[in-house]
Amino acid sequence: MAGPQQDAAFVQFERVQKSYDGETLVVKDLNLAIGKGEFLTMLGPSGSGKTTCLMMLAGFETATHGEIRLAGRPINQVPPHKRDIGMVFQNYALFPHMTVGENLAFPLEVRGIGRSEREAKITRALDMVQMGAFASRRPAQLSGGQQQRIALARALVFDPALVLMDEPLGALDKQLREHMQFEIKHLHDNLGITVVYVTHDQGEALTMSDRVAVFNDGRIQQLAPPDELYERPANSFVAGFIGENNRLRGTVEDIGPDRALVRLASGELIEATPVNVTRKGQATLVSIRPERVEFKPDLMPTGAHTLEAEVLEFIYMGDIFRTRLRVTGQDDFVIKSRNAQGQRRLEPGEKIRIGWAPQDARALDPA
Amino acid sequence: MADTTLTRTGVLSTADGRPLKSALARAQSRAKWRAFLLVAPLLLFVLVTFVAPIGQMLFRSVHHDGFSRNMPHLSAWFAANPRGTEPGEAAFAALADDLKAARQNRTAGEIGTRINYDLSGTRSLFTATARSADKLAPPYREALLAENRQWGDPRLWEAMRGASGALTPNFYLSALDLQRSPDGGIERAPPENRVYLMLFERTFLLSGIIMVMTLVLGYPVAHLLAVLPLRTSNLLMILVLLPFWTSLLVRTTSWIVLLQSQGVVNNVLVASGVLTEETRLQMIYNQAGTIIAMTHILLPFMILPLYSVMRPIPPSYVRAARSLGASSWCAFRRIYFPQTIPGIAAGALLVFILAVGYYITPALVGGASGQLISNLIAFHMSKSNWSLAAAIAAILLAAVLVLYWLYDRLIGIDNMKLG
Ligand SMILES: Nc1ncnc2c1ncn2[C@@H]1O[C@H](COP(=O)(O)OP(=O)(O)OP(=O)(O)O)[C@@H](O)[C@H]1O
Ligand SMILES: [Mg+2]
Repeated sequence: MAGPQQDAAFVQFERVQKSYDGETLVVKDLNLAIGKGEFLTMLGPSGSGKTTCLMMLAGFETATHGEIRLAGRPINQVPPHKRDIGMVFQNYALFPHMTVGENLAFPLEVRGIGRSEREAKITRALDMVQMGAFASRRPAQLSGGQQQRIALARALVFDPALVLMDEPLGALDKQLREHMQFEIKHLHDNLGITVVYVTHDQGEALTMSDRVAVFNDGRIQQLAPPDELYERPANSFVAGFIGENNRLRGTVEDIGPDRALVRLASGELIEATPVNVTRKGQATLVSIRPERVEFKPDLMPTGAHTLEAEVLEFIYMGDIFRTRLRVTGQDDFVIKSRNAQGQRRLEPGEKIRIGWAPQDARALDPA
Repeated sequence: MADTTLTRTGVLSTADGRPLKSALARAQSRAKWRAFLLVAPLLLFVLVTFVAPIGQMLFRSVHHDGFSRNMPHLSAWFAANPRGTEPGEAAFAALADDLKAARQNRTAGEIGTRINYDLSGTRSLFTATARSADKLAPPYREALLAENRQWGDPRLWEAMRGASGALTPNFYLSALDLQRSPDGGIERAPPENRVYLMLFERTFLLSGIIMVMTLVLGYPVAHLLAVLPLRTSNLLMILVLLPFWTSLLVRTTSWIVLLQSQGVVNNVLVASGVLTEETRLQMIYNQAGTIIAMTHILLPFMILPLYSVMRPIPPSYVRAARSLGASSWCAFRRIYFPQTIPGIAAGALLVFILAVGYYITPALVGGASGQLISNLIAFHMSKSNWSLAAAIAAILLAAVLVLYWLYDRLIGIDNMKLG
């Protein structure tokens, strides 16, 4: 996906580095091309440099090294107000001394747009977020979710081609957050704008994005569509950061183009897909998603290596059952099964055998 | 609503049938009493040290019985005869009686002082005539006129009529450069006696200038304090507050050291060739001195309210404005500045009111042209002319209250943020 977009990229970071104090790099060698109309999410733990990247794109921080291009034009020297980038802040940043209508009029006024056109655009933007009746309210008279909608409308009212959002839903409760996720996604689809979205909520990243860039330690660890990110994590950080996963340590015993044989610390052999292991004898971490582990003998994938397991704990979670097992001496191995008709509930103390399809076990770097 | 019921009359009542309102009032009254007891000492203190002296001051500004108490006969004659009555023998007889009594009681000075307030140069008339009052014999009119022709002056009789009651508005007239005309009307004081209005004007003008100066100097400092990391800004804040911890007198005298014509500033300017010996600047003992020193002294009162308003303004507002297309000046003018108005208003009001009543600094560095109205109040107090001092102070108080009211109308007192 990144290949063909390289030339036609709408936003492009090229070898961008950033340091605040001249001693440590907060962003290390960032290369990122974002296509027009794309919804790209920057996901990563706290302090990984997501906001910094966004601020460099918006023009509030300068890149220490490298170039940032918008629609092919280098923007390192362009001041923020000439970039035409809409921005939604985590604390909304609605101007408290202005009404909602005045807040929305602000970007239009500074662009010298006439009164009648202004009114039309404001009405359209407010209707877009279903807040048409609130134009004369002050921000303080709105709920968090309503303020968030206004902030969104304000960032969109001047028709920017690019909108940046820095954890815009962080302050909302779960239900409202899910609703707003849907609405933002909807607006993106309808308006055809490019969105760069920052979050540290992986669920949000997976449900909304065309592609997700996973940040850690100032670098992009993986840039991929959500399904690929979840199912084929490129390294052990991504595997550990996105969703739940089981990790088994071992060394590569034998390696082929799409199969590796891994000897676990306990001596057992399992089959896995090699991701970033290349040669025999290498240490590796095999990662398996809990929902891809099978324990019913009749459903076991053919050719699966099975391992002995002891049930330690059974947790009823409503839609799913979560069972903790002891496997090869490790007692943090988790499997998840759907609460379907006739599903077996495992009893603590029970001895079972578990197995999985070799393509679901990924041999990653041992980090 | 579980424990309350709506009775037929529509009054909410508690479960045991008492009206909800009175139940609530009873429940809260204990707490209210306790709260009142906690603030009672302060209330008493304010009453004793603030309300009482101000009441006393207002009373003194309209009350002076130095004449009426010691001249009972003449005061009675004034009470019996309306304004416009030509003072005849009866009046002069009453005057002579009172003067004789004054000689015995040694109150002639007190009487003369009172009349002297309204008509200058008359104190000696009373003391001199009283000294020889024993020799006065009927007909008193001729006798007194022979003693001093001034006893026939209609202005004097108007002044004595004015002083024949203990209550008088005359001190307010004086404080406003007005006086009584011989026919009892009100006229402007002769030009050489007019000082108060000019001083009021100057006080308000200089206070305004000082207010603007503190704002212009303090705004950027407060902004800097508000955006710097807390540790650095705390250090700078100490520098801002440093003047508070130094004696006012020391601060003012250091300005003298700096600004006088042989002072540090002039010496540096002369040494660097900007000025010659002849063109040394006169920066002290005039209005410039008052403005410079008072701006410095009042600066913290501007910076603190500004800072307290600016600190909580998140930088994301200005960033949002910039991302929406505003230049940095536009973002300041339309987004940042309006949010600091409560601080500006508070600081400006505080500095202005403090400046209007300032005394020590203008007294020390103001020279003749830098004196403010409070210096004149102090002057009259030192001369024991309490009533006039009180009248000027009351006018000052009224002016400040008017300003406060105007401020409330224009900006709204609840918009003010002091810290
Ligand atoms: N203005 C600044 N001055 C100095 N260091 C900063 C500044 N802003 C951020 N940093 C540092 O840069 C690193 C990255 O910060 P950044 O805000 O980009 O993280 P983030 O990924 O957005 O984290 P979060 O999820 O907590 O918002 C952090 O270590 C932070 O301490
Ligand atoms: Mg951040």
